[in-house]
Amino acid sequence: MSNVLVWVIWLAAAAACIGTGLRVVTASNPFSSALSLIGNLASLAVLYLLASGEFVAVAQVLVYAGAVMVMFLFVIAYLGGRADAPWAGGTRLFQTASVITAASLLAVTLVAIMLDAGDRLSDEADISRAFGSPAEIGRLFLTDHLLAFEITSIVLLVAAVGGVVLGMRSEAEERADAEGAQ
Amino acid sequence: MLGPGVPWYLAISAILFATGIAGVLLRRSPLIVLLSLEIMLNAANLAFVGFSRLFGELDGQIFALAVMAVAASEVCVGLGLIVAMARRNLPLDVDLFTELKG
Repeated sequence: MSNVLVWVIWLAAAAACIGTGLRVVTASNPFSSALSLIGNLASLAVLYLLASGEFVAVAQVLVYAGAVMVMFLFVIAYLGGRADAPWAGGTRLFQTASVITAASLLAVTLVAIMLDAGDRLSDEADISRAFGSPAEIGRLFLTDHLLAFEITSIVLLVAAVGGVVLGMRSEAEERADAEGAQ
Repeated sequence: MLGPGVPWYLAISAILFATGIAGVLLRRSPLIVLLSLEIMLNAANLAFVGFSRLFGELDGQIFALAVMAVAASEVCVGLGLIVAMARRNLPLDVDLFTELKG
């Protein structure tokens, strides 16, 4: 692919990424927030692809934009109108402070990147074609990062059990429901 | 490397992270707070993938995948909490959750 084409794709993905990100935070309807987050995750997957992260990009679309966001949409649908909380919270002072916090963190990070961009950040290492491929990621996961891989499975299992426990109905609730039905 | 260099990826990552922070601090719905948290996690992932490309080491991408798994667990527990709160008829507004206040 030519350099110009990659730039065009990158700029489109980056603009979509920032736009949908802002929409997630500003939308008043939680449904449009969640749908914008799907767009955000998909455009991030394009950025991963352009940075030679093929497997991460595919996992992003499958796991994040697919599974996780469907769960989100189900919960929003289940909550219905209750999901619409008032837009912003706290006093006017707190809101101003929040925006200043976010903006100053952004400014500091961007200045740090720009100061460093000239030398250390711009000479990328040479990579082989296998960089970021499923085979290479799988090899690393089962050799160098085996412990992280196993711990991840335990974390997922514990989270699944936690989800079930949180979703269980307590006996008091059952009794209250039974009384309510009579 | 074709297209923009690594600093551009890091800039996008910084912008996304700031967006996420603003969302977490400003919004009152716990659902939107969770969505903003996802944005912050993904901003970190983008930086991981960018640095992984810079140094030519795949460890950054491995870490990004681990972050994805942790984010999935976090969503599972977070949504479980929100549903449990909704079933107990608590208001879904983070400004009103003050029972654990010290």
